[in-house]
Amino acid sequence: MKGGGPWPIYGLKRIYRASSKGQTLPLQHALPPLDDLVACPQCDTLHHAGNLPDNARAHCQRCGIVLMTSQPAAMARILSLALTAFIMMIAAVSFPFLTLDAGGLHNATSVIDAVLAFNEGLAIPLAIAVAFFIMVIPLIRLAALIYALGPLVREAPARPGARKAFGLAERLRPWSMAEIFIVGVTVALIKVAGLAAVTIGPAFWAFAGVVIITVLKDQLICRYSIWEALEQSAA
Amino acid sequence: MQVFDLGSTGTVSGLITAREAGLVACQRCGQVHRQDASYCKRCDGALQSRDTESLQKVWAWLIAGMIAYIPANVYPMLLTSTLVERSESTIIGGVWELIHHGSIGIAIIVFVASVMIPMGKFVAIIYLAVTVQQRSGAHQHGRHKAYEIVEFIGRWSMIDVFVVAILSALVQLNTIATINPGIAAVSFALSVIFTMLSAQSFDARLIWDADRTAG
Repeated sequence: MKGGGPWPIYGLKRIYRASSKGQTLPLQHALPPLDDLVACPQCDTLHHAGNLPDNARAHCQRCGIVLMTSQPAAMARILSLALTAFIMMIAAVSFPFLTLDAGGLHNATSVIDAVLAFNEGLAIPLAIAVAFFIMVIPLIRLAALIYALGPLVREAPARPGARKAFGLAERLRPWSMAEIFIVGVTVALIKVAGLAAVTIGPAFWAFAGVVIITVLKDQLICRYSIWEALEQSAA
Repeated sequence: MQVFDLGSTGTVSGLITAREAGLVACQRCGQVHRQDASYCKRCDGALQSRDTESLQKVWAWLIAGMIAYIPANVYPMLLTSTLVERSESTIIGGVWELIHHGSIGIAIIVFVASVMIPMGKFVAIIYLAVTVQQRSGAHQHGRHKAYEIVEFIGRWSMIDVFVVAILSALVQLNTIATINPGIAAVSFALSVIFTMLSAQSFDARLIWDADRTAG
């Protein structure tokens, strides 16, 4: 079973089989209304979707993944973190990232410079992939979240396409690799240390900030509650 | 609504899946529907009780990933030319260089990200796909854990690709020193992308179906 963490852990009420002889009956008649149920996305186990007390997490009774969390004002916190990350991301992309000095030559590189510097041969597909993983996809994710959650925080009706936007943000999650890029920078600094003097520019710290904020923000995201809120505000 | 402490409910036998109840659940948002629904009313996602083509996609992406991993190891990742020498280094060559420079810690990071994680992923995905094909009911919790780890850790293999990209953008000092990416950088990036797609195609619900009488 999943370990402690800062919050008390709750399980959701289980749904029991209606038949005893190992035979599966069509259970609709015995089930509560479908809207009161939640199925685990990874093992399909049905649970009652109860209201959680504040600061609680509910785990799947079978496979143990987190099904829902309840944190006060999660929506407003997600939105403010996403806005912060978006602004810092723009700084991280445009200010100098690393500066290199060797033999009297000087080369300051921002992330955009780094991507634009590749203009021949093999470097082009590589540059496009890197630009997407560390810049384009994170920015799309943040923009989609801000678009989808903005009205919910003000308790206004959801914007058209808000569900698509949130679905996109969630689907892009594994492809957003800013934190991996930061580790890559560290490795690169050590590799190049013998060759030239490298100094870290302001954009590096902005980037590191984006990574930390993104981790905090993603921990607050409870898909179940956000989808529920999106559905209710659309109606 | 009453909530139960998870610690006190150890058995699995009382649990029932959406499929057994004659329902279909949305994997994006958890909303449950009658079996004849094809789109989720809450999040608009497509509904599928089980992804019947899951294993086919898993194998296809996995094989593509394994094939791309071969040139990634054989060909050079980095082409370095300085005033005195030109050198090419492969993934393993880069790790050796770091050890010679005395950066053991960084060498370990690169080795884990570029060799151990990809290899481990290949083995883990093959194991998951084969056990599902055999409808094995053993070690379900362990296999589910393995699936979660593969999903979580796969992206971290990209470290070496980013290192190559940063170095070749930064070190462009005309005659003194230039670093350019080698063909292995592209094939390694493709290998990571393909294995990530393979892991994402895996329908984890299949792990848990084995102990059920097919509904």
